[in-house]
Amino acid sequence: MLIGNYKETYAADEAILRTPATRVWTVVALGAALAFPFLAGDYLLYLVNLMGVLAIGALGLNILIGFTGQISLGHAAFMGIGAYGTAILASRFGLPFWITIPAGGALACAGGMVVGVPSLRVKGLYLAIATLAAQVILEWVFTNWTSVTGGIRGINVAPASILGFPLDTDTRIYFLILGVAVLHFVLATNLRRSRWGRAFVAVRDRDVAAEIVGVNLFRTKILSFMVSSYYAGIAGGLWVYFTKVLTPENFPLSLSIQFLAIVIVGGLGSIPGTVYGTVFMTLVPEMLKAGTGLVRGVWPDAQSYLFPLRDVVFGLLIVVFLIFEPHGLAEVWNRVKRFFSLWPFAK
Amino acid sequence: MAEIPVATTEDRDILCVEGLSLSFGGLAALTAVDLSVRAGSITGIIGPNGAGKTSLLNCISGFYKPQSGRVSFDGRDVSRVAPDRRAALGIGRTFQNVALFEGMSVLDNVKLGAHARLRSGILATMAMTPGARREEMRLREEVENEVLDFLEMEHLRHRTVGSLAYGLQKRVDLARALAMRPRVLLLDEPVAGMNEEETEDMARFILDVQEERGVTVVLIEHDMGVVMDLCDRIAVLSFGERIALGTPAEIACHPEVIRAYLGEEAA
Repeated sequence: MLIGNYKETYAADEAILRTPATRVWTVVALGAALAFPFLAGDYLLYLVNLMGVLAIGALGLNILIGFTGQISLGHAAFMGIGAYGTAILASRFGLPFWITIPAGGALACAGGMVVGVPSLRVKGLYLAIATLAAQVILEWVFTNWTSVTGGIRGINVAPASILGFPLDTDTRIYFLILGVAVLHFVLATNLRRSRWGRAFVAVRDRDVAAEIVGVNLFRTKILSFMVSSYYAGIAGGLWVYFTKVLTPENFPLSLSIQFLAIVIVGGLGSIPGTVYGTVFMTLVPEMLKAGTGLVRGVWPDAQSYLFPLRDVVFGLLIVVFLIFEPHGLAEVWNRVKRFFSLWPFAK
Repeated sequence: MAEIPVATTEDRDILCVEGLSLSFGGLAALTAVDLSVRAGSITGIIGPNGAGKTSLLNCISGFYKPQSGRVSFDGRDVSRVAPDRRAALGIGRTFQNVALFEGMSVLDNVKLGAHARLRSGILATMAMTPGARREEMRLREEVENEVLDFLEMEHLRHRTVGSLAYGLQKRVDLARALAMRPRVLLLDEPVAGMNEEETEDMARFILDVQEERGVTVVLIEHDMGVVMDLCDRIAVLSFGERIALGTPAEIACHPEVIRAYLGEEAA
């Protein structure tokens, strides 16, 4: 049983991986992640790639909602800005992915700055409506600004390549997604432990007190919006190289809701929770698909209800988690860990 | 005999409130209030409930915008300065009903007090550049040595604030204000709801802050024992007006004050 975790220096106490066990598990997990594409089947690999892209976007939304307490219903649209930025730079100007993806992120970041401005004046429901407006407007722009976005026909993008080596299969793109995802999770972890992460949480917990202790509310909220939409933009850029074709219906309101569901189910304000939430919410439609397959004998039409059913289940999960498990899967996982670290002396 | 540090009350006003009037709708919370606070002193603000004491502190820390009058800090008019900038200038404060960030650890709450004097940009902190890392480690040492050790709360550093008892939360609130390295510390009922032992601890901390660090203290308090013992000067508010200002001895026998507290006949 683990009875304590003692440190001799402040530096050791401030480290991200604070115990030998977490360091070992981190190495094991990274090793497993590197071996994964060679062991997994095609469909599983596709799903995991999808999870990687969504996890980066969801992490951005968690920084905004979970850390800073500002709601956004326009997250998918910011992902769209990043995706279009990346796709246009790649297809029209032939720039390489290591320029186009960060550029897409920067573009989304600028968009987030603009949309974040109302957050100084409006909170909660009103902010939700303001960001919903951004979602609707941007979706309209993606569809109708044909000369730039290609309208509903969309944009085709050549695979990313490193020194002429194309990342054209799911296995190859997997490593790009993995690398970008790990990098951005580390960045977010650093952010959370820094003065800005603390300021974000202070704004969430008690904005009046935050201001009185010296946190500039406006700057802090805008920064949170910018970081959040930057993450969405990076996810959008990866999405482009992952699917290689980009159309306006890739970034609907329902994707914004899905991000929201990931964040709530995974755990508001929890960085690992974002991963749990993404995995869980990506598997839900798969489980539904399997379920409708099982009942085909007695209910042949079940398949045709798959999509509406998916939305119902997403909505249900959000409500159920908010009521029964408001800290999400991250808290469930913590309970499991606590149980084993105290076993057999407590339960 | 070891030399006992002596409180150095200077002949200089560090905080000046002149003709401050504040009203909410038609309701006057403060009417032409004047108050000057000597650098290095402890000044008490007392008065019946609803007299405008907290409103006055809120005007000084910038949370309320008074309709007229001015607040100057260290010779500079700060009436139009935003609350977070006033904090950065050196006006620290605690709250009547502790306004801590409940989801965070004690350590993070205290570190937040130092937010305005840290310099790392958001990109530097995300990348944890050597500079950002150094700043964070230096902050940790400062917070441990200057605040947590001083307030005897090192053992609580990793506790979530929401899980602490009320008396300790009040102490975290003071810790956060001290991490701001304030030159003036505004305390809103620092011992309210505390038992005798906690009250004595808090009174000792307040005296230490003033004597050892030369911080000017302005405090609102209903516990007359604490006010009379700690304060160099006391201002009395009643219905938004400052009805008296003087030493504890002067205030104790001031007829207006007795009237405000005990009613017309007693006076």
